[in-house]
Amino acid sequence: MQYLEGRKYVVHAIFLAVALVFGARLFYIQVLDGSYKLAADRNTLQRLVQVPYRGLIYDRNGQILVQNTPVYDLMVVPREVKQLDSARFCQLLQLPLEELRTSLKAARAYSRVKASPLVQNLSTPELAAIQDNLIDFPGFSIKARMARSYKTENLAHALGYVGAITPAFLEKPKYAKYLPGDNLGITGLESFYEQKLMGRRGVQYRMVNVRGIEKGAFRNGEFDTLSIAGQDLHTSIDIELQKYGETLMAGKRGSIVALDPKTGEILAFVSAPLYEPSILTGKGMGNRYMELLNNPERPLFNRPLMATYPPGSVFKLVNELVALQMGVVTPETGFDCNWKLVRCTHRHEPPRNLSIAIKNSCNPYFYQVMRASVLRGRSTNKFEDARLGLAEWRRQVMSFGLGEKLGVDMSSEKKGLIPSPEFYDKLRGYHHWNFKTVYSLSIGQGEIGITGLQMANVMATIANRGYYYTPHFVRGIGQGGPLPEYTQRHVTSVEQRHFESLIPGMCAVVDGGRGATGASASLAHYGIAVAGKTGTVQNPHGEDHATFAAFAPANDPKIAIAVFIENAGFGGSSAAPMAALMMEKYLRGKVNNPRWENWLIGPGTDRFIRHH
Amino acid sequence: MPSSPARYSRSIDWVTVLLYAVMLGLGWLNVYAASYSPDAPAGGLFSGQSFAELMQYNWFKQILWIGTALVLIVVLVVVDYKAYDTFAFVLYGAMIALLIVTPFIARPIAGSRSWLELGPVRLQPAEFAKFITALAVSRYMASINLRHQNFRDQLVLAGLTLLPPLLIIAANETGQALVFAAFLLAYFREGMSPLILIILAAAAVILILALLVPKLWLVGAFTLILGGVFAFNTKVLRHHLPLALSVWAVVIGMVFGVDFFFNNVLQPHQRKRIEVLINPSADPLGVGWNVTQSKIAIGSGGLVGKGFLQGTQTKFDFVPEQSTDFIFCTVGEEWGWLGTTVVILLFMALLGRVLYVAERQKSVFGRTYGYCVASVIFFHFAINIGMTIGLAPVVGIPLPLFSYGGSSLWSFTTLLFILLAIDAYRKQDLVR
Repeated sequence: MQYLEGRKYVVHAIFLAVALVFGARLFYIQVLDGSYKLAADRNTLQRLVQVPYRGLIYDRNGQILVQNTPVYDLMVVPREVKQLDSARFCQLLQLPLEELRTSLKAARAYSRVKASPLVQNLSTPELAAIQDNLIDFPGFSIKARMARSYKTENLAHALGYVGAITPAFLEKPKYAKYLPGDNLGITGLESFYEQKLMGRRGVQYRMVNVRGIEKGAFRNGEFDTLSIAGQDLHTSIDIELQKYGETLMAGKRGSIVALDPKTGEILAFVSAPLYEPSILTGKGMGNRYMELLNNPERPLFNRPLMATYPPGSVFKLVNELVALQMGVVTPETGFDCNWKLVRCTHRHEPPRNLSIAIKNSCNPYFYQVMRASVLRGRSTNKFEDARLGLAEWRRQVMSFGLGEKLGVDMSSEKKGLIPSPEFYDKLRGYHHWNFKTVYSLSIGQGEIGITGLQMANVMATIANRGYYYTPHFVRGIGQGGPLPEYTQRHVTSVEQRHFESLIPGMCAVVDGGRGATGASASLAHYGIAVAGKTGTVQNPHGEDHATFAAFAPANDPKIAIAVFIENAGFGGSSAAPMAALMMEKYLRGKVNNPRWENWLIGPGTDRFIRHH
Repeated sequence: MPSSPARYSRSIDWVTVLLYAVMLGLGWLNVYAASYSPDAPAGGLFSGQSFAELMQYNWFKQILWIGTALVLIVVLVVVDYKAYDTFAFVLYGAMIALLIVTPFIARPIAGSRSWLELGPVRLQPAEFAKFITALAVSRYMASINLRHQNFRDQLVLAGLTLLPPLLIIAANETGQALVFAAFLLAYFREGMSPLILIILAAAAVILILALLVPKLWLVGAFTLILGGVFAFNTKVLRHHLPLALSVWAVVIGMVFGVDFFFNNVLQPHQRKRIEVLINPSADPLGVGWNVTQSKIAIGSGGLVGKGFLQGTQTKFDFVPEQSTDFIFCTVGEEWGWLGTTVVILLFMALLGRVLYVAERQKSVFGRTYGYCVASVIFFHFAINIGMTIGLAPVVGIPLPLFSYGGSSLWSFTTLLFILLAIDAYRKQDLVR
């Protein structure tokens, strides 16, 4: 009997061993291992993101251009769908049966118990058509959200569009705060000012039970943040001017950029071919986007910022200013119109001084001007002399904001090209090129490219007699002013007096009487002096591009403009009257010029699209 | 019959009664917390809700169960202690009969036909099989002597022990049947060969290892160990070669038999429970869900817990069966490691006290019964808490005195208070 009593200790030991194992295990999972706490929070905490109201976009006169409007998504919870009359359902939604099947399959694959969108972006009328009948289809419901809508048919390229964030964007750290399915500005102002427009998202933490049903705020909402509505953008666009510009450009290829030279504000920004901003919103947006993308006319191409053309004769003005600043010519300098190396477009009076040369756009004159500013005998080696001369010339040209990005408030801006000596070294070999290689730069042809925006900015610079403000679209964000970088004056390397000596010639281009190349841009009958310059850009792809750049009134400039019409021939006959109509519209508020309007937008305007 | 209430009161073991009361009280608090819902505050006894409305709440029904348990206690201690001895076999016979008819008259509930319905009350005869079998085997134990290795006696004892669980398995209530394995501890105390416990433990270890480790490794390692032992001790080898070879053969057979046992003997849901124990990510939405959520609930409690009624995992239904089999999750989540430690200490105190009471019995009947009580409570404690923290397979048995439910409360109350009744009269035994 005695030895059996010892067995009680064995039983005790077994009990204690289990208790010790439990205590240790509990200490590990409850105190040492923090992962269970995280898992518990993951279980019960649901993060609800409140997307704030996106900022509106206004024109310079306070007219709303872009606003928000409710759109509706038809949601489906696959498990709750019962005895679906798919024929009637498809008829109601005007949805092909095949599409319904694939969408339902996708929804089932996502989750049988959670709602997923079946048809997105239904408009209010579309909703009204189905709402009453929805009660016959259990499992389907409507979810409202805000989407962009447009109060204008114009300005699509500048406004840009808003779309769902793509998986590629989501991986970038900049977009860390976005969730799949979130919207964001993809191009244009919507993209550039995304941070201001979107506002700040609010986050609410809710506790949910195992079936995902809400059980109240987490810790009385002490971690919740309120959403803050996005800020409105007040653009400098004059939507009436914009609309008129798009009317003029309809059916053509090219761009119009109009600036207020006193501030750098962009008044009009036309890129043709055109499209309406509302195309890239709402139901079927994806398909329409692909149509635009695949259109051979490339309507999505933002021409004023991205198309770089040789500037043609307009560039003679910059050349002249650089030469004046270098002191190699004066306004009284005369050259022969000698047709030696470059031909002139037409026979004209001898360019006895600068004004006559500008008025007639004399090629030989400006060839000799540039020759004087590049070849200055800095080196006895003619190759080296050309290199040194071109480098100095380029430095001064670039002070006009050419050959580099201006810094407009829109991404995708192109730099253009002002060639450096190194550029030609690479092209031809070191000391294998001289001035004869680069002479076409003197008349804005050859290895040179500038954008429509840059050309308008050159006009604003001349209008200001020597400085410019970075062109920009937005003059006010919310209650505040424009971004600080847009109130800084950029001064060129050319002194003010040299600009003054250029202006009589530019006025003569328009109102110089017989032989004036830009006479069609005259607003003299309204007493407005226009200073401008025509350009006809040879291009290897076919018909010349027509350009005209101008500002007005000449002595108190309120608008600077650059018009570029691709393959439209001589600048004086199409681009100049278009610029004039735009300036008249802006300066007088209305246009009374049926002759030029009819010429530009009346019958037979297909002459402006000459395909190569 | 007790000669006077005062004498009776002196002879009852008040330590056990106190532990019982404390555990019942804490259990009720946790049942209340588990059935508490923040958006429909459970009202309360004085909220003006009707009886029928209150009957929706487990915490209210548990009050009724506790009340009836108190009545039961009075009955149990008032009955002459000798009746338990005398009528042990009669009760056993009646119980066997009830277990046999139960599957035929019970409606299936959750896949098993083991619940009898008497009006609004649902009872599980398997719960009462525990104390009745304990009484019967104790009675039988008192009449034999295990140490004498009488094969016939051992066979009868094994039959008495195995018949109820076999009938319970037939009613598809395997968890309750497993509890009867706990009686082995009591038999061990009374002289059963320790080899049986060792072999069973070794078998369990081998089975689990066979599921965890590649079989050939296991066979190789075991052969090496066995070979090593004999290589160092050639004398033993000479004397025990047949034994060594047969042990080796049995182990190899078990290792390779595991798959057969696993796939052909176990039912699919039982197989899953063992798979989940080894790998919780198997069956993540089924049994694995229960285990994972249970561990999350307990683990998120931290050192001191989230506070009474503040548990989120249990309250928002992430843990299934939260007021019955998984009541320990509520303890762990709301009271933290301190709370779970207190519960474990309370069980240790109760088990230690029951063993103490058992050891002071002068009769084999009383002592064996005491050990049966301790073993059954221990088995529930080990398996129930073990399953909530992923150390034991999910077996649907309650945590004594904590889990919600009338049958189990009555069952454990009866187990304990029969022991206390026997204990209260042990001095009379001396006199007799």
